[in-house]
This record gives sequence, C-alpha cells and structure tokens, in this order.
Amino acid sequence: MADERLRILVAKPGLDGHDRGAKIIARALRDGGFEVIYTGLHQTPEMIAEAAVQEDVDAVGLSILSGAHMTLFPEVIRLLKEKGAEDVTIFGGGIIPDEDARRLAEMGVKAIFTPGASTEDIVKWVHENVHPRQ
Amino acid sequence: MCCKTGEEPVTTKREWLEQTYNSAKERPVRFTTLSDMAVEPLYTPEDLKGSYDTALGYPGVYPYTRGVYESMYRGRLWTMRQFAGYGLAEDTNKRFHFLLSQGQDGLSTAFDMPTLMGYDADSERAIGEVGREGVSVSSIHDMATLFDQIPVGRVSTSMTVNCSASVLLAAYLVVAERQGVPWEQVSGTIQNDMLKEYIAQKEWICPPAPALRVVTDMVEFCAKKAPRFHPVSISGYHIREAGSTAVQELAFTIADGLCYVQDAVKRGLDVDDFAPRLSFFWDIHVDFLEEIAKLRAARRMWARLMKERFGAKNPRSMMLRTHAQTAGVSLTAQQPLNNVVRVALQAMAGVLGGVQSMHTNSMDETLALPTEQAVMVALRTQQIIAEETGVTNTIDPLGGSYAVEALTDKIEAEAAEYIRKIDEMGGMLKAIERGYPQREIAEAAFNYQRQLEQGIKTVVGVNKLSIPEEIPIELLKIDPALEERQIQRVRKMKRERNGIAVKDALTRVAEACRSGENLMEPICEAVRRETTVGEISDVFRTEFGVYTDPGWL
Repeated sequence: MADERLRILVAKPGLDGHDRGAKIIARALRDGGFEVIYTGLHQTPEMIAEAAVQEDVDAVGLSILSGAHMTLFPEVIRLLKEKGAEDVTIFGGGIIPDEDARRLAEMGVKAIFTPGASTEDIVKWVHENVHPRQ
Repeated sequence: MCCKTGEEPVTTKREWLEQTYNSAKERPVRFTTLSDMAVEPLYTPEDLKGSYDTALGYPGVYPYTRGVYESMYRGRLWTMRQFAGYGLAEDTNKRFHFLLSQGQDGLSTAFDMPTLMGYDADSERAIGEVGREGVSVSSIHDMATLFDQIPVGRVSTSMTVNCSASVLLAAYLVVAERQGVPWEQVSGTIQNDMLKEYIAQKEWICPPAPALRVVTDMVEFCAKKAPRFHPVSISGYHIREAGSTAVQELAFTIADGLCYVQDAVKRGLDVDDFAPRLSFFWDIHVDFLEEIAKLRAARRMWARLMKERFGAKNPRSMMLRTHAQTAGVSLTAQQPLNNVVRVALQAMAGVLGGVQSMHTNSMDETLALPTEQAVMVALRTQQIIAEETGVTNTIDPLGGSYAVEALTDKIEAEAAEYIRKIDEMGGMLKAIERGYPQREIAEAAFNYQRQLEQGIKTVVGVNKLSIPEEIPIELLKIDPALEERQIQRVRKMKRERNGIAVKDALTRVAEACRSGENLMEPICEAVRRETTVGEISDVFRTEFGVYTDPGWL
C-alpha cells in the first residue's frame, strides 16, 4: 500500500547556521506522522526549490534566524512557481518581526512560527493546513 | 529546640532527611537544575570532598578553583566587553565609540554571515545577508574604517570569527601596522575555535582536519609574532546555545581545548609557549547555582589536565581565563523587559563564577540586533554589579558554600566521564567525524523542548504567565540599501587595485596550503594587497575542499 503520509521539506536557506529549532521541528513532524526531509544547512533557494520538486513534497518549512528572510522566502516562492510547484504550502519560522511576517503572509507564506511556538502547535497546524498536492 | 521528637539532636544529614525534613510537603515540581541534574534539599559539610588545600586552594594558586588571579576583582574588574556589529564598517565604528564612551573597556566584534562564512559582500551567496547579523568586512579597507580613531595598541579587541579568522586576524594586524603599532603590543582575542563549529555554530569552509591545521598555524604565529594576542577562544557558549546540558558544555569545550593543545604540541611547540594565551568562552545560562559550579569546575579541570596530561610547568598554562556571555537562548520574545531581569541574574552568576570578561545580552536579543538603549541597559547591568552590589569586595564569595561545592564536584565528575569517552574515541576530531557531540546536543535539545511543552520546565511569559497582547518595543532595523552600497564599494576596490599583485598573493597562499608552511604571513601579505575575505577563502575551498552539513537530526 502506498505511503499516504504528507511529505514535508524542512530547509535552512542562506548562510544561517542556527539549526537547533529546525532539527527539533523536523523530528517532531516525523513523530507527528509526516514524511520529513531535512535539507541540512546552507541551502540556496535554488537547491531548496529543486529538492522540493525532486522529493515531491506537499509543504516546505523554511527556518531563518539571520535576518535575511525578506530576501530568501520570496526567492524560494518565485523558484517553486518557476518549477511549476506553486501549490506547495510554504511556512516557516525564525527571527522574523511581526511586520515582516505580515508581508510574508501577503506573499503567500501560510504561517510563521516565532520564538516560543510549540512543536505541538506546529504539528497540529500542519495536520490542519497542509493538503496533499494534486 | 533543634529536634522534632524532643529526643536526640539531629547531627547528620541522613538523620535530618529522615527525621526532620518532610518530602511530602514539597511543592509539586522537579528539583533539578536546568540541565536536569538532581539537586538535594540540603547540602552540609558532609558533602564536601577533599581538603580545602587539594580541592579548593587559594585564588591565583593551582588548581585555581577559587579564581585564576590572586586578587581577582579587588585587583581588577572583569572586562566589560559588549559584542557589537551591524551594517557597514562606519556604522559599527560609531557603535564602538558609543560603547567606549559609556564605560565599556574592551571591544568585541560581530561580523555578518557572508564575512563569517568566507564570502565577499558582492558574492551571490551574500544576497540579503550583508550587514544583517554583524558588520560586513570584505577587505582591509573595511577593517581600517571599523577601527577608525580607535588605537588598537591601547584597546583590546575580540573578534568573533572562525573559519575566516585567519583573514580577519591578518586584517587587524595590518590595521595595527598602519597605526604604527608593533604586533608585539597588539592585544585581543580571535575566536578561531573550529572544532565547536562542526559541533554547534556551524560556520565552516573546509573539513575539520584542514580547519584544525589553520587554527594551529594561528596559534604558532601568535606565539612568535603577536604574543599578547589570544589566538583561540575555546568556546562552550555555542555548544550550550545549541541545546547541550551544562555538563556537556563543559566536557565538549575542554575536550576541544585538549585537541588544540595536542595539535600544537604535535607540531613541535612547547606547551608553555602557547598555552598561556589560550582563552575560553562560556555561556552563562539561567540556573544560577549550576552556572557558578560549572565555571569553578572548569578551572579546576583545565588546570589538572594541563599539568597532568601535557606537563605544563608555567602556571599561566594552567590558568583557565575566560570570557562569558549571558545565554541568548534563555531570553524570550514575549515580555522582553523580563530579559533585563534574566540577564542581571546571569551576569551576577558570571561574576560569582569568576569570569575575566563578560558580555551581557540586550533585552531585544530574540527580536533583532540591539538598539542603543537596550545595549546601554545591558552594559549598566555589569556596572551596577561592579559598583553597587559589594560582591567584588571579596574573592570567590560563594567558595565553601556546601551546595556550590557539591555541585562543582558533581559537574566535574560527570564532565570527566564524557572526556573519558571522547578520549576513547581518539579525541575530539574523531568524535566530531563520528557525529558524537552533535547527536548528544540534538538529543539534549529535543529533551528540553519536550520538557518545556510538558510543563516540566518553565519559561515565564512563554509557557506560564503569558499575556494575551504583547506590548511592542522599538527594534533596530538594518537599512536594506547598505547592501548595494557595500557591493559597489567592494567591486570598485576590486577594479582599482593591482590585480597582478593580488593574483600573486593568492598563489602564495595556495602554495602554503599545500606545503604546510604557516599560512599567516602569506595571508597578511595578501590582505595588504587588498585581497578579500572571499578570495582567500576560495583558495581554502580549492586546496582543502568544501565541507557540507551532514544534516543529522
């Protein structure tokens, strides 16, 4: 029987090396019943979009603590669209001021989880908001 | 009356626990440290191991448990050294001058991610990242601007940089040259602790073995040419921030240190020629007693290991001198003013733990780089401790506290176990290649998160005592236009400099990579000729290979 689990790519774009949160979330999502692929650090937006397509994921979670989120999120979104994968759900977290989170939401980022968010909330959110791609 | 039953007085801890103390009346919480170490209701003289002379001793005397210097803060306060850096060199230069004017007595430089990862501001990998996590330094010109009107012969500067440290150190020394300061007079520190990068901070260019070679080149170079400069800051901070326990922080850091000493000794250096200038960098997390105990255990362990394992004779080779930073990871985005309180308590722990230098975080740590107002409060925190609280009147005031000594002993014993394991693996380099410390840390981080979500651990304002509506505070914003400005500057410099001299210099660096000769002189010469951080790092990429994240969860 085919694996019906949703596939989530957890990615670290840019030069940011803070991976404590991303790794915990990847593990929690895995424990929460999802198929999780963790990209590791220092991924370019191109590498992430390509991995999303290759791995045929339903959602991409970006973790950015370096302040470069207003460059990296839009670039990943743009590249996914270019590769015909614009229906992949984008979410993320890190050090992202509320003002920027609002702007990212307007660009199509479905949720931003900032410091203090619980893995329980994140797993629940994914269950409720990420759907298998057609 | 001293006893419950009215019969024999309680004379041992055991009797007290059995007859007087009522654990049924304990609050329903777990009495453990932040790192899950069990803490007893009471400690007494029975818990002290060893004699005063062997286990504690005197300040400034082996094994330095009570302090590395004989006068500690009565002779000299710790250096107040706030980490600073953002935007372009002129922005950070301004912040440096501000901090010095507010009574800070040493500088500490934060570089941006491109600089830290060995990319120039005009690199494709730098897009969106220039000046965001620290100051952008691509060449000698940026370094000179950064230290404009700052006499590097008189102000000691710390630079937090690792895989591109050789280039930044060279740039700092060339700035000194230009200011007419002989290298023998230059004092400061460069973090340059590559082992902890693979373990925790994750800033790298090439794999661990060649990275270690570069570190040892810098240790050797500084011992001979810049003897007042600390070529490595053996760090526990990042290991702890990545999620390790206090014991792991202590053990992995000491094990890193042992590896550096081993490598330098293998190179033929006499331990007493370089060990006095090795320095350390600890985290000061929020569990007050655990942190003080950790700092004291660290001194005692390092002293013993340097003497017994490496035969150090110079007392200065055995003295663990350290910078410390209050734990960024303990601070919250929720109710950020609470962070002022956390930092004050942590800073107090650092002082009671006997540190030589300290950075206190600003209240807006989890939200952005610090505003001027926020960093001033952080600096004042240290100054108030120094000037008003009286804890500097006497040395190691908590020495002899039954609880502190018992915890010091316990942390030391558990850390020693880890070090033994790492020894069995063949040392820290081998342990890293196997992923051992990385996995221990990830496991500890996951456990803590689980405990937090189960309410076993509490963070005020986050999983307890939260408020429905947060009050926003002013945050520092990085002007996005500065990235383009810096890119143009770097490009212009590259167009106008002597390209042949640069190419020649890079060839020299590549040759040194291959021959094994010390890299620092060729790198200094390259920097003089306006070769950039990215260009020299590219030579490392070509000659030593590129390391990629194994991506273990």
